[in-house]
This record gives sequence, structure tokens and C-alpha cells, in this order.
Amino acid sequence: MSQKRNFSIIAHIDHGKSTLADRLIQASGLVELRDFRDQILDSMDLERERGITIKSQAVTLPHDGEDGERCDLNLIDTPGHVDFSYEVSRALASCEGVLLLVDAAQGVEAQTVANLYLALEHDLEIIPVINKIDLPSADIERVKEEIEADLGLDSDEAVLCSAKTGEGIDDVFRAIVDRVPAPREEVEKPLRALIFDAHYDPFRGTVVSCRVFEGTLKAGDTIRMMSNNATFRVEEVGIHRLDREPARSISAGEVGYVIAGIKRVGDTRIGDTITLDSEPAAEPLPGFKDVKPVVFSSLYPVASDDYPSLVEALEKYTLNDAALVYEKDSSAALGMGFRCGFLGLLHLEIVQERLEREFDQSIILTAPTVQYRFVLNSDEKLTIDNPAHYPDPTTIATALEPFYRAIILVPERYMGVVMDLCRDRRGVNPQFNYPTPGRLEIRMDMPLSEIIYDFYDRLKTVTQGYGSFDYEELDYRESDLVKVDILLNGEKVDALSMIVHRDGARPRALRACERLKDEIPKHMFKIAIQGAIGGQIIARENITPFRKDVTAKCYGGDITRKRKLLEKQKKGKKRMKMVGSVSIPQGAFVAVLRSEKK
Amino acid sequence: MTAPGLYVHVPFCRTRCVYCAFCSSTDSGMAGRWLEALAREAQDSAELTEAFDTLYIGGGTPSCLDPDQLETLFRSLHDAFAFDPGAEVTLEANPADLDREAAARLAGLGVNRVSLGAQSFDDEVLAFLGRRHRSTDITAAVEALRAGGIHNLSLDLISAVPGLTAEGWQHSLQRVVDLEPQHISCYQLTLEEGTPLAARVERGEAALLDEDTAVGQFLAGSTFLAHAGFEHYEVSNFARGREQRARHNMKYWTHVPYLGLGPSAHSFDGAVRRWNTADVSRYCELLETEGSAEDGRERLTPEQLGMERIALGLRLADGMDVGDLGEDPDAAAVLERCRELDLVTIDGDRIRPTREGLLMADGLARELCSL
Repeated sequence: MSQKRNFSIIAHIDHGKSTLADRLIQASGLVELRDFRDQILDSMDLERERGITIKSQAVTLPHDGEDGERCDLNLIDTPGHVDFSYEVSRALASCEGVLLLVDAAQGVEAQTVANLYLALEHDLEIIPVINKIDLPSADIERVKEEIEADLGLDSDEAVLCSAKTGEGIDDVFRAIVDRVPAPREEVEKPLRALIFDAHYDPFRGTVVSCRVFEGTLKAGDTIRMMSNNATFRVEEVGIHRLDREPARSISAGEVGYVIAGIKRVGDTRIGDTITLDSEPAAEPLPGFKDVKPVVFSSLYPVASDDYPSLVEALEKYTLNDAALVYEKDSSAALGMGFRCGFLGLLHLEIVQERLEREFDQSIILTAPTVQYRFVLNSDEKLTIDNPAHYPDPTTIATALEPFYRAIILVPERYMGVVMDLCRDRRGVNPQFNYPTPGRLEIRMDMPLSEIIYDFYDRLKTVTQGYGSFDYEELDYRESDLVKVDILLNGEKVDALSMIVHRDGARPRALRACERLKDEIPKHMFKIAIQGAIGGQIIARENITPFRKDVTAKCYGGDITRKRKLLEKQKKGKKRMKMVGSVSIPQGAFVAVLRSEKK
Repeated sequence: MTAPGLYVHVPFCRTRCVYCAFCSSTDSGMAGRWLEALAREAQDSAELTEAFDTLYIGGGTPSCLDPDQLETLFRSLHDAFAFDPGAEVTLEANPADLDREAAARLAGLGVNRVSLGAQSFDDEVLAFLGRRHRSTDITAAVEALRAGGIHNLSLDLISAVPGLTAEGWQHSLQRVVDLEPQHISCYQLTLEEGTPLAARVERGEAALLDEDTAVGQFLAGSTFLAHAGFEHYEVSNFARGREQRARHNMKYWTHVPYLGLGPSAHSFDGAVRRWNTADVSRYCELLETEGSAEDGRERLTPEQLGMERIALGLRLADGMDVGDLGEDPDAAAVLERCRELDLVTIDGDRIRPTREGLLMADGLARELCSL
């Protein structure tokens, strides 16, 4: 029997996770040099362009040890963003060890720390790997100190490598084989396999990626999902190479895939346990939870005629992304659409981009909001994620908003500006740690609504790129909330309303008016943009009208050009949304969320 | 006015003006070859057309052709085409090119209307624009034309030139009115890509006038000329009366067919618009080898024709037909908004731009074409 190791790579963004995965795949000989491309595991265009991993991927790497013994190394690549932390946790639960990657120049950052805690929670063997040692700015000694001080790991155990040049890759392989524990292979027990990912294949339906902990799974078996008792008949099992490689069975200790006529990705739950219908396990594997969206926004087609097409696109889209939840919504300004829940802002952006690119949809997203809770005078409790459903203010006894803990790691010299920013964002209860001289960790309780309002962008700006950031859920706290409406020429645009803290209402309304002034083109008439709480106007901007919009000459040779321009403008106008007589470009609806000019 | 018009593009100038992007060359050595190519193009187009009631020789600077060349040009046209006895025959001229003899020669060739590129009566403005004439040349040219027997005159002015003050603009308007022409064109200076002026603005060496000042000069011109008895009948054109409107140009604006000869010239037969290459030597070469210098053509759909009628109509005091807006349910609301903004008046089934509406003609067209 061949040996197995199951491991993952975790890292702060840009510390070289995908590059290291690429190099390991290449070194294992799984792919010919000529077929190789960078970020080989990231199959989506969007992943490659942004240099991020959105979905988990697994690949089984053949490795011949120095003793000549063959070892199968299962690499489970995880998304590198806090929006997807539950997926990451399920991927880690499928492993026995992790490579904790640290950039030799940047050192330990906030997500490195967060990732370490995550790995510790899963009781994994942690192998620190210092990457990018080829960089002229690499400072291995300092990074080793940080690994000792910030992470509490033995820096002598750290493996040095450059995923870019290939230096040290053999040491990485040796560390995986020697230090990641071999999985237990309890083949005799009833089947228990952990689902850590699912993706949609147009020909085969849902392809479920799983780690088998106990028992054996093969084609022809009838499997049962332990969270909801749904059963499916297995058509094919196998292991992940760069493509799928069918196998007779997959057994305890192995990582592989299952195809079982499952139509939608939504019919499988990440974190669920697969067992056999004929001989079910007594208990599911621990850690399953239903992932709840935290950021909400409405989605509308730019042209109302395109609503049916958007319905279809969303149905298809959710085949492959079960984390997006949506229900019908309608707006006086924007017509029929959907209220959507997202795992976070990055998830929202990904959904928007993929719908536009892969499904050719022209959509408007409204400003994202969080889920608020209200207790009314009548003792009725309300949960609201849409400003349109904001209750009558006179009926509200208590308003509550979600608080998260922001964890910020910065060079000490930025303490002042970061604290100013955090206080500006209603951060409270600061705690400071100095993990190493010169470096500061700030932990602060902060409303989620402030975090999603471009907090990370602002943090990057004020710390000149040195600040890193992570956040985790805390609780709901009482808050003085108001609804701010935006009016265009006196007409309320419901899709632009927002729920904000009373202290921030005026500045937020002012900024929203300024952003709209930048986004909405001049019209033939003056446009008044107003922000209001109830009947009270708290902010105002004007867009002055065109006074002159005509070419001086229009003779025989000018007419065709003029008409072509009109045809183009007519098309462009179809991509705008009419509110009353004002044409609003797509981007304006999310622009109100930015505090800075783009 | 349904007889077709004939346009001839003379692609030569002595010097180039800083703002001009029209097809023109300063290499007058090419003129002989061009004349031959033009004669061929005229011959090839001859059988297609009925008699013209307008002929417009534009450019370029047609007045920079020498007497023999002008004579050859007119002979080629008369050999190929028939003209109504009362045809309007216009030639564009630079004031510096005209003396009494030149005027008499033009009259002898049948020219009965001259469009004079006066542009300004302020020598500093003329120098800025790169014109080779001075204000005294304009007065002299007008006198010479009348003495030579050409009495139907149009003068061009340019407003919104960097450095042009309200007083300076008023002065030019007064001077042009004093000369009592039948027709005046007032063009707002436009930055055309690839011109020396555009490059200077790009480098920050010159700045166009701000919108409010440019608007002020447009409205001042319209008001001043109205008082002087000129009808503002098109965005940039003014005429003493309906009969004095530029008969040839009106054909462009009302979809009456026209034939265009010469490089960059456009032709339109009511359904198809086609155009020649804008490169002078390529034009000659194509006619020598292929017998046609056509560079492109399009057949207009009924929708496209409708769109053009809206865009062109909104540039005219006569306006457009409400029927061209089609059946769109939003049309009435959009139209009403334009009326409330005092940009158009609605009179039965005519939609007419106001003076302010003419300044917004492209914006209006965009609104009414995007229904």
C-alpha cells in the first residue's frame, strides 16, 4: 500500500501560495512543462486575473521519496480570503498538516496569525515555510524572529524556499513527507467522508470533493448526506489530478471526488458528512454549520426587459456557488430584482463580475448593508437587511447592529493614524499587543457596517500599504440608527437608501451626494441631489445643466458620423437607469459606498 | 427644392489654418493631376443624375486655384452635367485672393455667390487662427466682388476664439453687418483632433474659452444679427430672408440628394450615402486605376433616416416633424420636458428649437433619438 499525506498551504495574501502550489505540481511531474501555466489550480479567469483563489481545489501529487517509496501527497488549495473562512476551515479539517507560508520580505501579517489559529484549532502539524528568499529585500533572520514571537513556533523548524526559482522545493517535499502525520486508515468502519468543496460540471452535475476519514466509497454505492438524509447513487469516484482520474474506490485517509447525479451544488453542503445509506455511521464528522450571509445587496437588471435572463443566470450561477442566497425584491426606482446575501464584500464583487462576464448580464448592485435587528415598542422583533424595510422610527424601542472584532497588524509608527481611523469608524474597546519590537497588533470591536464601508481600503491608504487586517464575529449591540434617503430632483431613489449610525448620517449623506455628482453625467436640466432623514434635508449637491451641446458644423461629410454617435449614445443610454427624468449610470449605485473618489 | 445639388471638394490651400481639419494640401503642384481625376469622376457620374440646381465649390480654398485651373474645372463640370438656368453657384474664397479681375473671371465662369472666409475683423484674432488675410482684405474683397458682378455674398465668422472678448466679437459682428451681405455663418471654434491648435491646447499653450463665455458669444451673435434683420435659420447660419438661405447646404439638412466630387466628398441619393477617400494622391491614383475613389458606403435603414431627420431638423429653425418620434409612449413626456426647459416650441406637428435649443441641438437629438 502506498503512503499518503494530506496537507494544505495557508498564507497571507500575496505571500506566494499559488506559486508554491504551482511549483509543487510541476516538481511532481504531474504536468509537462509545455502544458504549464501559472496559478494552474485557479481555473476561473477571475481567479487568475486577480491572483486570488476563490474555490477550494484538490490535487493528488505523486512523490517518490529518497527511499524510493511512492507517496501520494494530497494538496488541498484553500481560498485566501476571510469571506471564505468556513470553506477554509473545512479544507483544513480534511488535512493532517499545513504549510504556513511567510513572505521573507513582508514577514508575519494579520492573516498569517489568523491562519495559524485556524490550523491550531484543527490540531494540525504546522510547518512554517519562509518563501521568496530570492528577493533582495528578504530578511530571513527578522522573519524567523517574528515566527518565534508572533506565532510561537520554533523557527529552526522553518523551511526556506523560493517558489519562484524552485530553490528549496525538495526541502518542502521532505518536510511534508517527514513531518505531516500519515492519516489513520480505518477502512473497516462505516463510511464517513467530509465534503470540503463542490463544483458544477455541465455534463456530470455536481462534483463533490471530499476527504474520506473512515470506510470506503465506490461507484454503485448509495450515499446519504447526514445533514438532511438526502440519498444519491454514486456514478463515479476518483482522485484529482489536474483533471479527474476515476478510481475503483476511495478509502479512509484519501482525498478524492464523488459524482452521484447531484443536480445542483446547493444540494450538497460544504462541511456535511457522506455516509452509506445501507450502513450509516452513527455520528457525522464534527464542525458542520450552515453558512450565513453577512452582507446584503439588491441586484437589478439594467434594462427591465432583461429580468427573465437574470433569473436564469442566477439559477445557473448558484449551481456552482451555494453561498449566494437570493430572493425576489422590487424597487420603485429599479423595478424587479433580487435581494442577495453574500459572505462578504469580496464575495459580492466576485458574484457581480462573474454574472457580468460568464453570464453576460448587465446588472446594478445597490449599496451593501448588514443585518440589523430591531425591537419594536410592541415587543415585536425584526431582522432587517434591506433599508426599504426599515420600520417606522416612532415604533422602534431598540436598534441593534452586528459588531465584529477587527484585528490589525501594523508597524508601530502608524498607531496614531490607525487609531484615528478606527475611532472614526466607531471602534471601541481597543487592546494592544506588541508581538515584536516595532510591530503593533490592535484588536478593536467595530460595527460590521463600518468594516464593509471601505475600511480595508482606508487602512491600506493610511498605513501606506503596511497595515494588514482580519476580522471575526462578536455580537449584536445597541445602536442609534437612522435611515438616510437620497433624492434626485425631489424624488426618493429607494435603491440608494442606507441605514447608518446617527452620528455618521450627515457625513455619509454628503459623501453619497458627492459621489453621485461625480457619477451622474450632466443633463439638459439642473439636478439636485439631496440626502434626507425623514423630511429633513441633511446634504445637498447640484449638477449644473449643459448650456451648450452642439457641433458648429454639420455638412455633407458630418452627417454619418453624427448619426453613428447618436446610435452609440442610444445604446449607452440603455445601460443607464432612468429615475424620473434623470439617467443614472450603473456604477452610481455602489459608488455611494466609497468614501474616496476613485 | 427637390433637384439635386453638386459639391466639388478642392483640396488645396496656400497655407493651413491652425484650427482646420478639412481635407486639404498645400502642394498645389498636385492640382493638375487632381483636375484630371476630377474630370474623370464627373464623367463617370454624369449619367446618374438629373439637372442640378446648386453647385458648391468648397475646400480647401478654391480661390487659390489659378485662372486656367478654375476654367478647366468648370469646363469639366459643364461637360458632364446639366444645371438649371437659375442654379445657385457658390465658391468659397479667401479674402486675400480676390481682386476685381478675379471676381469678374469668377462671374464669367457662372459663379453667382461667394462664401468669404472673413472669420474676424480683429487682426490679432486672424493671426492667432493662422489666416493669411487681414481685416482690410475683407472689405476690399467685398468691394471687388460687387464690382466684378457678384452680389450674393456670405461671410464666415468664428466665435469663441481664445482671447476674443465680448467687445471684439461685437465689433466683428458690426463690421460684417455693415458690409450688408445676404448671408452670414458664425461658427463656434471647435477643437479638431490632429490640428496644431489641438496640440497647443494639449500642451497648455492655449486655452479654449469657458462654456459660459462661448455661450454668451453665441447668444450675442444670434441677438445682434436678429436685430440687424438676419434670420437664425440653422445653428451656425443666418440669412436676410428665406430666399437668401444657403440653398445648397439646405439640401444636406433636409435629405435632398447630392453628388460630391473630389477627395473626402460625400454623396447621398436618398437611401445610400457614400464617400471618397480623403487622401488627395490616393484619390487621383484610384480614379486613374479603378475609375472610382469610393472609400465606403452605407444604405440607411428607415430608422437611421428617421434618426438623421431628428438630428438635422433640431439644428434648423424650421425644426422637425413630430411624426419622426414614432410611437414611443415616453416621447410625449420627453418632449414636454424639453418644452418646459424652453429648448423647443411645439406648433402643431412641428417641433422647433428655440435660440437656446439650437445651442443644445445635439443634446436634444440624443434625448429624442434614445426613446
